Amino acid sequence: MSDYNFAYLDEQTKRMIRRAILKGLAVPGYQVPFASREMPMPYGWGTGGVQVSAATLTPDDTLKVIDQGADDTTNAVSIRKFFEKTAGIATTERTARASVIQTRHRIPEAELTEDQILVYQVPIPEPLRFLEPRETETRKMHALEEYGLMHVKLYEDISQHGAIATAYAYPVKVEGRYVMDPSPIPKFDNPKMEMAAIQLFGAGREQRIYALPPYTQVVSLDFEDHPFEASKADHPCDLCGAEDSYLDEVILDDAGGRMFVCSDTDYCRSRREAGHSGRLGGEAA
Amino acid sequence: MTPLLQVKNIRKFYGARIGCKDVTFDLYPGEVMGIVGESGSGKSTLLNSLAGHLAPDCGEVIFDTRADGPVDTVTMSEPERRMLSRTDWAFVHQHARDGLRMSVSAGGNIGERLMAVGGRHYGSIRERAADWLARVEISENRIDDRPSAFSGGMQQRLQIARNLVTGPRLVFMDEPTGGLDVSVQARLLDLLRGLVREMGLSAIIVTHDLAVVRLLADRLMVMKDGCVLETGLTDQVLDDPQHGYTQLLVSSVLHV
Ligand SMILES: [Zn+2]
Repeated sequence: MSDYNFAYLDEQTKRMIRRAILKGLAVPGYQVPFASREMPMPYGWGTGGVQVSAATLTPDDTLKVIDQGADDTTNAVSIRKFFEKTAGIATTERTARASVIQTRHRIPEAELTEDQILVYQVPIPEPLRFLEPRETETRKMHALEEYGLMHVKLYEDISQHGAIATAYAYPVKVEGRYVMDPSPIPKFDNPKMEMAAIQLFGAGREQRIYALPPYTQVVSLDFEDHPFEASKADHPCDLCGAEDSYLDEVILDDAGGRMFVCSDTDYCRSRREAGHSGRLGGEAA
Repeated sequence: MTPLLQVKNIRKFYGARIGCKDVTFDLYPGEVMGIVGESGSGKSTLLNSLAGHLAPDCGEVIFDTRADGPVDTVTMSEPERRMLSRTDWAFVHQHARDGLRMSVSAGGNIGERLMAVGGRHYGSIRERAADWLARVEISENRIDDRPSAFSGGMQQRLQIARNLVTGPRLVFMDEPTGGLDVSVQARLLDLLRGLVREMGLSAIIVTHDLAVVRLLADRLMVMKDGCVLETGLTDQVLDDPQHGYTQLLVSSVLHV
């Protein structure tokens, strides 16, 4: 551990990132540019989130890292190990015990508290990008609140699929001002973004940080005649029986056998430990 | 009557090179002004300076706004000017792909301006898009096709629909028939003439094609080397050109 500065980044860099975070918190949903550093891992692995976590962590923190809701994927394990090694901090898989949670693609099911910080790994921070590739123009659109294009995207969705088919990275409007990409979380998670915890978003390759202070208003964009729906598979979890959690579909065999399980592994395990059980709870757990 | 647009002493240089200079004219509601000249005459620079795409070095472009009456659009704030350019103003580019979103369906292209000003009802946006497709003679069943699947003439008609859907009062057109086949041009001109009359549109049309202004423009302005040489009623200028250059321009067209 003594080989590294605490949490790998030097103090100067962490101060720079903290300034970007504070600015992001002061202007919720606004993308703050920052000088992203090379991290000892590939960009696709969430270097933006890692830098935000590094600037946020203190020696007393307990870190949880999830990828698609799971603590045990390669990505989550390697980021957790990275901070165990470079910061010597405690880590946990328990949502309730973590003070900082770095995530890719999910918000934990358990309600987060004012004592927690949720750090998102963001691949593409600019929600207007796919329709307007020019950055000078998207910046201007944000500055002038010209967000008609976001609805063009939703219009295209409905005209092609009969409904808003965008299932991930569903755009939101923050405090009635900035339109924001919530990172590729399922739209099921969108309503949870109005939460007690601080939410920080880091995009490494794109060099942007943005943030939501606690209890910030976050509204998913929609049409009057096609309102937003936080949909999920219409199923209870086959392991813990939860009806309110986001589910992954797991193929069991070549004969078409399948099961639905909570994507949030800690939530599922906690429920089973508390005695809840689903259709396959006895055997598969 | 208050002019819809008052252009006063517009001047635009590119360094030492002249773009256009000392251009002054009034445009009244329902009037179509044609600006003709060869390439390099400054007509496109003038159009872009009027439409807010270029900042003129000096001069005023006073538009009679719905809310506040005559306002100089050169000095108004950028948000106001951008709002104007997607509500009461429209700009038809020579190349449809400059004025369309090629990756968005025809319906989405038409609906964009509606959504930009707060349209949030999918059904009614779609209905108006379908209505506008019909008005520019594109079959409604092409509403979900992308412009890349359209012919050049259809793309241009789609661009016009996309611009007119918000009921603008002033349309800037930059060589709207340029690059199209002659037969396609004729149909487009017919359509434009119909829309201009029906909607009582005011327009400023830049072109090198005298047939376009003959058909569409009430008044004509002839430009050369950044300066206005001659202005007048279209028929007068074309049938009895006063300036030597205009006489050349008119006669060369007659010999085409
Ligand atoms: Zn479960």
